[in-house]
Amino acid sequence: MYQQKDFVLSVEGLTVSFDGFKAVNDVSFYIEEQEIRVIIGPNGAGKTTILDLICGKTKSTEGSIKFKGKELTKLKEHEIVHAGVGRKFQNPSIYEDLTVFENLELSYPRGKKVFGALTFNRDQEVIDKVNEIAEMIFLEELLLSKASLLSHGQKQWLEIGMLLIQDPELLMLDEPVAGMSVSERKQTAALLQKITKDRSVLVIEHDMHFVEEIADRVTVMHQGKVLSEGSMEHVQSDPKVIEVYLGH
Amino acid sequence: MLQSKFKSLTPRNDVLSFIVLAIVLMVLLPILFDIFRLNLIGKYLTFAFVAIGLVLSWGLGGILSLGQGVFFGIGGYAMAMFLKLEASTPENTAIQSTPGIPDFMDWNQLTALPWFWEPFHSFTFTVVAIIVVPAIFAYIIGAAMFKRRVGGVYFAIITQAIAAIMTILIIGQQGYTGGVNGITDLRTLLGWDIRTDSAKYVLYFVNAFLLLAVLVVAQYIRKSKLGRLLVAMRDSEDRVRFSGYDVSNFKIFIFCIAGIFSSIGGAMFTLQVGFMSPSLIGIVPSIEMVIFAAVGGNLSIIGAVYGALLVNWAKTILSESYPEIWLFAMGALFIAVVMAFPKGLAGLYETYIQPKVDKQLDKWFKKEKAE
Repeated sequence: MYQQKDFVLSVEGLTVSFDGFKAVNDVSFYIEEQEIRVIIGPNGAGKTTILDLICGKTKSTEGSIKFKGKELTKLKEHEIVHAGVGRKFQNPSIYEDLTVFENLELSYPRGKKVFGALTFNRDQEVIDKVNEIAEMIFLEELLLSKASLLSHGQKQWLEIGMLLIQDPELLMLDEPVAGMSVSERKQTAALLQKITKDRSVLVIEHDMHFVEEIADRVTVMHQGKVLSEGSMEHVQSDPKVIEVYLGH
Repeated sequence: MLQSKFKSLTPRNDVLSFIVLAIVLMVLLPILFDIFRLNLIGKYLTFAFVAIGLVLSWGLGGILSLGQGVFFGIGGYAMAMFLKLEASTPENTAIQSTPGIPDFMDWNQLTALPWFWEPFHSFTFTVVAIIVVPAIFAYIIGAAMFKRRVGGVYFAIITQAIAAIMTILIIGQQGYTGGVNGITDLRTLLGWDIRTDSAKYVLYFVNAFLLLAVLVVAQYIRKSKLGRLLVAMRDSEDRVRFSGYDVSNFKIFIFCIAGIFSSIGGAMFTLQVGFMSPSLIGIVPSIEMVIFAAVGGNLSIIGAVYGALLVNWAKTILSESYPEIWLFAMGALFIAVVMAFPKGLAGLYETYIQPKVDKQLDKWFKKEKAE
């Protein structure tokens, strides 16, 4: 049962302090179904920490994170994944020693327990799904290559693909186009448009052109707090935002 | 990639090296060597069990245990306790002040068998214990470490400390364990004299067969999704965790498997060599076992067997003539392997020999198809 029907994710009063330093300070925001939300902000604003808190990598000091009415702050990392939250890291983290196929297969939502993994059978269903996702992320020709041989951009796509195969309802991406070429960036924007049809997406990004292209709404963070929120035009004209970005 | 499950479990090269190993162990070595040497080889092979376990946990999963001697000891002592009880019949021990208990207990003024020795009258219990006790012990250590995300060097140091503690405990509790001498003077297994040449032959083959069986299990694990997950965890543990896996459970599992393999090796050691002592479970032997796996190639289960054979053979040769040099030679060997051939014997084989073998096999298979 959803507590607040329209919100997939509601973050309220979220605070985390590292030895007294509040990296995230009383942050609240809400994400609707099928919304693409982008978090921007200067370095050290606490953007990545927010993602860490939602996916369970860091435990919050105070506040609540509700995903479809379910409290996430008490769950373990893998339980949060099973609840339907997927997260891509800033540096592409993939399995370099495995092939692209195997990378994708390991994220397939079956055989996630020890004995399930021992008896996991690579059947037609798995193969079809991997092929489908590989095509989506432009890697269908490279299924048998070792992941270490991919370019930086391809590694980013592979990690996005690993998330897609889990079919999460909330997808969190930490700087998905960092280090990508212009053409790769365009392909990624198209990819994101395509994959957000049936899920909500939370993106951290620095590249303003890219943000303009994909964002439904933008949250601006500064020094652990939410500075401004709204459409891209709205935040761009917000004097507080201009102050932070251009003031110094 | 898209072939049937069985095919993906058994790549051609793996099958070939398994068959070659089986022929070497079952045919070649027994023909080439007399029973004295063959018995020694059997002893070396018991360490291969440990090395195979280390390939799975360390090579594949990146979990380096420097205390595998503990598990070798659990199996070895379990078997030794059973054999010792069988050898300590009231008739055999009539001259003791308490007949019917193992001799070392009598020397230490014990007058009754300790409670934890009682179940080892049963052979079935002993066999079950050889499998189950190391699994439980590994589970406890694994759960305590991995659930708290202790790993890497810290895990290695803690396992090493456990090996040291076990040795001290066994040596200190002389009356219950036989102390520094270990459990010696073992004679029969269910009435069958294990000291005769024919028994040694039989035990050699049983050992070789068990080793091949363990290799099959290891290959299954390696080629299952769990095997790929272990590799994935080594590459990027967080990615695995955030793909919905409880990483610690997989580490515990593979650590338990490595412990069970080691324990089977320990039991076979006791049977073939006729004693078990703390000198086989402490820090030095535990590190030696890691070296066997490293020399064989820490990613190759078959390589582990050759590594154990080769290093132990070198150890026997060297320590026969220059006993004081052995430890230095071992250290040098380890450094050499890590610096010069990080993939060990298996790596050398893959680089220099396998391409030629592959070519030859391709030729044969083509011929078959053409015909």
